[in-house]
Amino acid sequence: MTFRKFLQGSGHFFFFRKFFDFMTTLFLISLLTFLIFQLLPGDPLLAILGPDADAAQIDAMKEKLGLDQSLLQRYFKWIWGAFHGDLGISYQYDMAVSRLIRGSFFVTAGLAVITLLFTFVIGFSTALFLAQIIKSRAFNFLSTINQIWFSIPSFCTAILLILLFSVKLGLFPTMGYVSPSQGFFLFLRSMALPALSLALGSGSILSRYITSSIKSQLKQDYVRTARSKGLSEKKVIINHVLRNALIPSLTIFGLIMTEILGGSIIVENVFSLPGIGRLIATSIQSRDFPLIQGLVLYLAFITLSCNFLVDMLYRVVDPRIRLQGEV
Amino acid sequence: MKKYLENKSFLCGLILISFFLLIMLVGFFYLPCDPNFTDADNRFAPSSLEHLLGTDHLGRDILSRIMWGVRISFSIGFTVMISGCLAGLVLGSLSGYFGGWTDRIIQKLVSVQMAFPGILIALMLIAVFGTDMRITLLALCLMSLPRFTRITRASFIKLKESLFVRAARARGAGHFRIIAIHIIPNILPELLVTCSISFALAILSESGLSYLGLGVQPPYPSFGRMLNDAQRFIFANPRGVLIPAVFLVAMVWGFNLLGDGISEVNEK
Repeated sequence: MTFRKFLQGSGHFFFFRKFFDFMTTLFLISLLTFLIFQLLPGDPLLAILGPDADAAQIDAMKEKLGLDQSLLQRYFKWIWGAFHGDLGISYQYDMAVSRLIRGSFFVTAGLAVITLLFTFVIGFSTALFLAQIIKSRAFNFLSTINQIWFSIPSFCTAILLILLFSVKLGLFPTMGYVSPSQGFFLFLRSMALPALSLALGSGSILSRYITSSIKSQLKQDYVRTARSKGLSEKKVIINHVLRNALIPSLTIFGLIMTEILGGSIIVENVFSLPGIGRLIATSIQSRDFPLIQGLVLYLAFITLSCNFLVDMLYRVVDPRIRLQGEV
Repeated sequence: MKKYLENKSFLCGLILISFFLLIMLVGFFYLPCDPNFTDADNRFAPSSLEHLLGTDHLGRDILSRIMWGVRISFSIGFTVMISGCLAGLVLGSLSGYFGGWTDRIIQKLVSVQMAFPGILIALMLIAVFGTDMRITLLALCLMSLPRFTRITRASFIKLKESLFVRAARARGAGHFRIIAIHIIPNILPELLVTCSISFALAILSESGLSYLGLGVQPPYPSFGRMLNDAQRFIFANPRGVLIPAVFLVAMVWGFNLLGDGISEVNEK
């Protein structure tokens, strides 16, 4: 029995294959992130120390950064450190990168969770509403509006929301972050607009996807049967169609997560939230390479893990995929 | 062409994009004012005959800046679309047509790139090489690459065993001839949809980068930077935020509509 057959027989072949994919992709990403920073034009030491540095300073820095070692040695040192949560020292803050990331992680994670919640509420309610009026004239009009949301970049939505809710109505702060320890309500209030500006975009993607999935399900025979039993359109959709239509929408969850993480980089800057995105923008401006390197690796890891989890979840929810994966 | 024009989405998209093309073309020959001319006495001026859309926080004419911004968005979108499409076509056809190890390697690279939120690649390149238009363009092209590669690969896999390809092979046509003359013309409709979406996404991403101050550099105006400037004066001059936002969204929406229209016609 070959190893492949053994894995297939164990019933976990799909899992192993996906996990292998996950690990190789992660490896390539770490390699890419590492190598790209070796392409830095000019001498990185002069970039850190400034042009006035003398030879002794340069040698000391070289040793501190490990630049006297070979490329391969440095890569393994870096990746070994990364596994242990040690991503180097930030030039700008003179602090461990992992500590900086940990400090801002909570903000971004909080933003992502609230955004995800909003996305589901907006996505599902819009899709369910649109599905029920699929044959009416209003459907085209409303799906056009949905499409406009889809075309607005999140930072643009953010500014427009600030204009409406903060400047005109004065309901929310224009920017700034309040940590939950200072009051949970205030925390939610400072997160509401950033989360909404991300969720309007991703919610419209979700609802578009679910609506088209419902649309294609409505052509199936079982829908005709359900209708001929005399069920109302609402019941047909909620009891019969929705369950089948939702499974494909799980695949889009990975995409939405990527969208939210990418969008939060900019939106955090719009609202001055001290999260990962803000950290990235400031670290680029100050050319703080260990920090950027760590942040990129970290974000890519999170995105990849989300996609991996979605794949697994998809398999649990729809047993048909399980069979396809193994045959 | 007629069946495309009968499609409402396509038509609306076409009209919107033509409008912006017109703005761009007029901008080559005539600008109401110098887009970078600052006039400290004339800050936040309301609409007037002299400044149709008013002026910004430095007294610069907003309409002229918008006309420049449209030009920049178009040139970025166009460059990214063409180069992304060509590179994606090459990679996708190699991957889909030959399969095997070529396919596996290319797919792995694509999935590595898909693991990054698009903007992260751009940020990483900018961090290393500095804010340079060429780097921004390169990053945007890289971001559009997976989409083209995937769509080309999928179409190639679908078509490579079809009858007309087998017939061509039987007549002794080489790989290059089969790919370029027999298969590619047949995937043009799908490619057009991707082109249009990539155009929209390139404009979106560029505006995002420019908002962070990492995209188009001054003195050239771009929508993202205009929004960033206007946000600081949002209380004094809310109009300054609205105008570039409306233009940016309308442009992106136009390309999305065009893409939707083409794919609706294709599906029929």
